[in-house]
Amino acid sequence: MKHGKLLAIASLVAVLGAAPGAFAQKKYDTGASDTEIKIGQTMPYSGPASAYGTIGRIEAAYFKMINEQGGINGRKLNLISLDDGYSPPKTVEATRRLVEQEQVLFDFQPLGTAPNSAIHKYMNAKKVPQLFVATGATKWGDPKHFPWTMGWQPSYQTEGKIYAKDILASHPNAKIAVLYQNDDYGKDLLKGLKEGLGAKASMIVKEASFEVTDPSIDSQILSLKDSGADVFVNIATPKFAALAIRKVYDSGWRPVHYLNNVALSIGSVLKPAGLEKSKGLITVAYLKDATDPEWANDPAMNEYKAFLKKWYPEGNVADSSNVYGYSAAMTLVQVLKQCGDNLTRENIMKQAASLKHLQLPLARPGIEVNTAPDDFFPFEALQLARFDGERWVAYGKVIE
Amino acid sequence: MDTFIAQCLSGLATGGIYASLALALVMIHQATRLVNFAQGELAMFSTYIAWSLIQAGLPYWAAFFATLAVSFAAGIVIERVVLRPVQGASPLAMVVVFIGLLVILNSVAGWIYSYTVRPFPSPFPSEPLLGQHYISSHDLGAIGVTLAMLLAIYAFFRFTPLGLAMRAAAQNPESARLAGIRVGWMRALGWGLACAIGAVAGMMVAPIVFLDPNMMAGVLLYAFAAALLGGIDNPFGAVFGGFFVGVLENLLGAYVIGQELKLTVALVVIVAVLVVKPAGLFGRAMVRRV
Amino acid sequence: MAAGNLPGSALPPWKWAALAVLLALLCALPFVLSNFSVFQLTLVMAYAIVLLGLNMLTGYNGQISLGHGAFYAIGAYAAAILMDHYGVPYWMTLPVAAAVCLVAGFLFGLPALRLEGPYLALATFGLAVALPQLLKHKALEKWTGGVQGITILKPDPPFGLPINADQWLYFFALAVAIVMFALGRNLLAGRIGRAMVAIRDNPIAAEAMGIDIALYKSLTFGVSAMFTGIGGALGAIAVQFVAPDSFNVFLSIAFLVGIVVGGLSTLQGAIYGALFIQFVPNVADRISRAAPWAIYGIMVILFMYLAPGGVAGFVQRISRSWRRRT
Repeated sequence: MKHGKLLAIASLVAVLGAAPGAFAQKKYDTGASDTEIKIGQTMPYSGPASAYGTIGRIEAAYFKMINEQGGINGRKLNLISLDDGYSPPKTVEATRRLVEQEQVLFDFQPLGTAPNSAIHKYMNAKKVPQLFVATGATKWGDPKHFPWTMGWQPSYQTEGKIYAKDILASHPNAKIAVLYQNDDYGKDLLKGLKEGLGAKASMIVKEASFEVTDPSIDSQILSLKDSGADVFVNIATPKFAALAIRKVYDSGWRPVHYLNNVALSIGSVLKPAGLEKSKGLITVAYLKDATDPEWANDPAMNEYKAFLKKWYPEGNVADSSNVYGYSAAMTLVQVLKQCGDNLTRENIMKQAASLKHLQLPLARPGIEVNTAPDDFFPFEALQLARFDGERWVAYGKVIE
Repeated sequence: MDTFIAQCLSGLATGGIYASLALALVMIHQATRLVNFAQGELAMFSTYIAWSLIQAGLPYWAAFFATLAVSFAAGIVIERVVLRPVQGASPLAMVVVFIGLLVILNSVAGWIYSYTVRPFPSPFPSEPLLGQHYISSHDLGAIGVTLAMLLAIYAFFRFTPLGLAMRAAAQNPESARLAGIRVGWMRALGWGLACAIGAVAGMMVAPIVFLDPNMMAGVLLYAFAAALLGGIDNPFGAVFGGFFVGVLENLLGAYVIGQELKLTVALVVIVAVLVVKPAGLFGRAMVRRV
Repeated sequence: MAAGNLPGSALPPWKWAALAVLLALLCALPFVLSNFSVFQLTLVMAYAIVLLGLNMLTGYNGQISLGHGAFYAIGAYAAAILMDHYGVPYWMTLPVAAAVCLVAGFLFGLPALRLEGPYLALATFGLAVALPQLLKHKALEKWTGGVQGITILKPDPPFGLPINADQWLYFFALAVAIVMFALGRNLLAGRIGRAMVAIRDNPIAAEAMGIDIALYKSLTFGVSAMFTGIGGALGAIAVQFVAPDSFNVFLSIAFLVGIVVGGLSTLQGAIYGALFIQFVPNVADRISRAAPWAIYGIMVILFMYLAPGGVAGFVQRISRSWRRRT
């Protein structure tokens, strides 16, 4: 209502020509026009992290669908997604191409902590939004120093803290063993876990790391088992998480097993590891898993599967990166809808920072996207769940 | 003590993975005098072929042997089509062609099959033997298959005329040609056999590390190290090298320097051994003629 | 390979003239191209210095390296740590990076002496795999920033020059590249270069001629690493960021591919190779987003078919046959 009135006044003012531009209806920065919104992106389509390239592909497919349906307020989304091979120097080059040559309005979901760190200062100096970066480092939610950068997923540290809380509540005298991937994500999650344990961080009796190039992590598991720990925190990407689940079980170790969120896919992690061996796993989730029978009759999930079939048939349903990309693309569409005809970089950040109670269809019930000018963490709520051999069963309340 | 035994046996199991791919490297080196950097990716691709056949409904062993045949043929085709045109080029140019092959195979596999990991069936029972939990039946079976391959390769080069001809063609193409050996075809045949061995390696490795386009990326370095450590001309040496590297790495990681640096230190040890014995532990030292 | 591809000792006047024209062109480029392209060319120059160093080792001295990304990383980290922790001005970091890499390369060259062919390939490949792990290690984290890496600031043009930071960095890199190429050329044309080639072509004869093979081989490793380290430092200053992820094994592999495609045992080869490293992946990405690496691989193999002696060899062949005709 109020909005409508304002608009009416604005057009009146515009007609009178008293304050030109003050309430102008259409405002554009480079990359936006009456017909098009140019969006940039860097993705690892080649190189060691090419498994994540599917995020860029499904987002492109989603925008294609949106365009087919008429675009957003009549404007087509033009996503220019460049390959950076997960190499930061290449990210800098590709991003400069996007900003300076292709003249995109903003950068959407560039992937990886190191690649994003490499362009962090540049984007903020250029005042080009680095929106919904596809990494869970904590530093992306720092609007005071980096007002042009915003994360999307729950931060790794938050996740670690939730495990710590749950361990302290249900196993206060536990001995904890941790397996972690020796990179920014693994170390960040471990840091969150330790911070969450606080004074009781000495509960961690053994840590073992692995490299993504390691052919086997059996040796690590045996060392961890040897520590006599009765709680095991598994911080690993899908393949290694599956290897760990299987080896823990096969070696006869039966700890309380916390599995990190990136590896919760039943289809691509628990099935390869063995559903029987996965029984009792605990995780936190914010998105639905497309291979969880829990959502077999969920209308939103069926819509997603129909989308995959029609717009991205080469995409794998079992790959949780696809649910991730689909949901991120939806978040962006919401932001752009809110922007209306004011497509300036400033307004994009402003709208991205004023998402209120946005319930994405593939987010778990009760888990909403919320942002504010001083809160650049869209997803903060997570839900604990336990695997019963068939599906993830939520327990406890949604944790903020 | 229990953990120590477990670490050693698990090292042997991983070592078996390295050994099986190392055998393929030895095979191709015997036939062409070159180290094929694309060997791991070829094995990975063969495994995907087996996976597709099994998905299509073929029983395991039918898919297994069909994959061997396809890989053998593919190896010959690759030699004829991709490598023939650069035959006379410098070894470095060959290395670059191998790198080209490696990235092509990796990328195409990701494109066709996606990067999601997939379970791959094992022909061996799923329950561990004798009720122990140190080593799974598949690990034991895979080690057995590797040893069988080793014996077959040894016998092939030692006792069959074809194997001898192949070695001759690689070591001294000029004289071999004069003796009536078709050197070009020997190379192609060597490629075919190496690809078939790689296919076996892939199908034995995949149930352990899961099937994905990057499954051999980590294995290749170790297989390479194993083959060289044992002596690249000696299949026994390569298999020993594989087991040695597997156990060494586990023990270093578990007891000596921790997991973060185990690869680095294992490499230092291997290079140190090679500095002392430049032809590998079991390789014949080459005498250079002026 | 004949000794004829050693750089000649004196240039004919027409070649000097050609070089002068080329230099004038290079100086004009930043004023016609966009800042982004200028930045790309700055990286090309960093890579060209790297490849010049790799060429000394692999081309002129016949030692393969699958691990030069490691020396590149050491140079880059030396520059980043000095600038970030000790406030050293960017231009001062180059000599330090050079010295550190010279020592690192020489030390690595000592054990590598006894290794050849695939054995040396393994040792150097191992170096490329191990270095990122060392950079991440907690003992060094204080300086290297661990997995998070180090962000550095881009240098501003000095003396109030009316150019922007990208243009200034381009000229800085150009100056460094010219110095390094002149240095490399003199080195290769002199006694040392001849000894390097002699060792490659016939080590036993070289030894009989009184060349200390061990010393020259390790020295070549050191000098090669030094050039690469300077390239690394330049690259880090241009990109303003270093992290272990920047220096994975594919970087080392890209360097080797670059120099072989560019042309072994030629000075120009380093430049063609640098252009290949910088621009071919972009072309591959444009052709296919589904499998850019496949396109890259196909292009690499095609280059080897068409020019097995590298682009430099190809260019030489063309120009020779053209000169013969005229």
